[in-house]
Amino acid sequence: MLTKSHDNIKVDHKIESCETFKHSCERLIKKIESYILNNNNVVKHKQGQFETFFNDFITVVSISHRKVDLLFMRNIHVDKITETVAISCWEACYYLPEDILNGFQEAAKTEESPLGKSILNQLIENAELAAVENRPYCHDTGLTVVFAEVGQDVHIEGGDFYEAVQNGIRKGYKEGYLRNSIVGDPLLRKNTNDNTPGVVHTKLVPGDKIKFTVLPKGGGSENMSAMKFLLPGEGVEGVKKFVIDTIEAAGGKACPPIVVGVGIGGSFDKVTEIAKEAILREVGSHHDEPHIAELEKELLDDINKTGIGPQGLGGSNTALWVSIETHGCHITALPVAVNIQCHAARKKSVVI
Amino acid sequence: MTAINITPPLTKEDVMKLKAGDEILLNGTIYVARDAAHKRLLSNLDNGEDFPIDLKNEIIFYAGPTPPKPGQVIGSIAPTTAARMDPYTPPMFEYGVKGVIGKGPRGENVKEACKEHSAICFSAIGGLSALLGERVKSAEVIAYDDLGPEAIRKLEVENFPVLVVYDAHGGDLYEQEIAKYKKA
Repeated sequence: MLTKSHDNIKVDHKIESCETFKHSCERLIKKIESYILNNNNVVKHKQGQFETFFNDFITVVSISHRKVDLLFMRNIHVDKITETVAISCWEACYYLPEDILNGFQEAAKTEESPLGKSILNQLIENAELAAVENRPYCHDTGLTVVFAEVGQDVHIEGGDFYEAVQNGIRKGYKEGYLRNSIVGDPLLRKNTNDNTPGVVHTKLVPGDKIKFTVLPKGGGSENMSAMKFLLPGEGVEGVKKFVIDTIEAAGGKACPPIVVGVGIGGSFDKVTEIAKEAILREVGSHHDEPHIAELEKELLDDINKTGIGPQGLGGSNTALWVSIETHGCHITALPVAVNIQCHAARKKSVVI
Repeated sequence: MTAINITPPLTKEDVMKLKAGDEILLNGTIYVARDAAHKRLLSNLDNGEDFPIDLKNEIIFYAGPTPPKPGQVIGSIAPTTAARMDPYTPPMFEYGVKGVIGKGPRGENVKEACKEHSAICFSAIGGLSALLGERVKSAEVIAYDDLGPEAIRKLEVENFPVLVVYDAHGGDLYEQEIAKYKKA
């Protein structure tokens, strides 16, 4: 009875998740339990693990001390990961996200500088051309930053997860005719010619899926980003001053109109991580906390008063949006990080 | 404003006529070189050697294109951040380069070098890469092939739009325009 055959599982509805699969297996669990009760000796002999595969879902059946444990996990093969990352790389580079395009359109309406307005309209035209011709919106197709939210009910099979992601970058940049912009050793500076290594952030989340977000990050804006430990007493005003100083120092070098990601709190490493996560938030969407949302609005206003404007050539639209993420921090510390995203604010999310 | 048509190489007279804010359409030959190529070019000068190509009176475009798809002349291309070339630009102007195309503001040393050597800093729109790629009619790697995206390329361009951002008279378009829109 305890075999690897699929025949043991009678499925009465479509299997879409671990939850529905679990439901389908309830009959099987009952069957196994009664088998154990009725065949004591046999079960002793057969203690161990039995695997049953069904579609993407894996069931590890472990039997011991008259108890049956079924583990429900979803199988994702590394080839699927590589393919998903590869496609996301070139899709991100060809097709500028809707929220950024809307941002350009809004900015073009309000822009006070005629030159600034002309630049914004040319960026819109560039985005349209890139999408129609399937060519990169910007030639700097970036350092590939990949965020993976991995469901804790996922089992990765067929190889190493991180290698699969790097293979995806390699494949995506080659097949998408994207520029290889990465040197392997930061001091010897020899181009790896396949845009690896990318930077990979993983986060464990509930569920049985993986959400990939590919962020090809241009060098010009990344170079102008900054981090500082303020004194806790410097508070909101200190944060605002540091953000504005960073944006003014960047000026036209960061390729405005920019999206500004601000991290406040956490540790030396955490604050830059959340600043980068902040640039992924949609233009037009504020933080849930009212006082942080208020700070986002004030900062956007202040940044647009600097006069830097599109391309740093003057105007009233330096930033399209400011997003802030926060994290609890030590009583002695007020870390702040500003991650600048140029107007080529590319991001592509796919759930597998 | 009507755009001024320019076909390199540039004479000193051409350069002296240009003012910060002028809109230019470039036609003809420009040369692509960026960080790694500049470093190598200038080490040639230091060693008393010639450049592998004659860049006197020419325009250098700070850029690194994406690879062309089959059937394309070039992929997407637009200027990179010019300020990274600040240490290299004055000696390049001294050698005889008459113009550079980049994006973003430059250091005081470059502004001074524009005046001293009668040269121009142009700006094209950073990230306007699909559109600018279409204005490139031919492209070939002519030196430092091993540098990949950083190799020196010779481009033939047609109506390639740039702005004069620093002229040979001390004009600075960034400073001038930002001051107009800065709110206290």
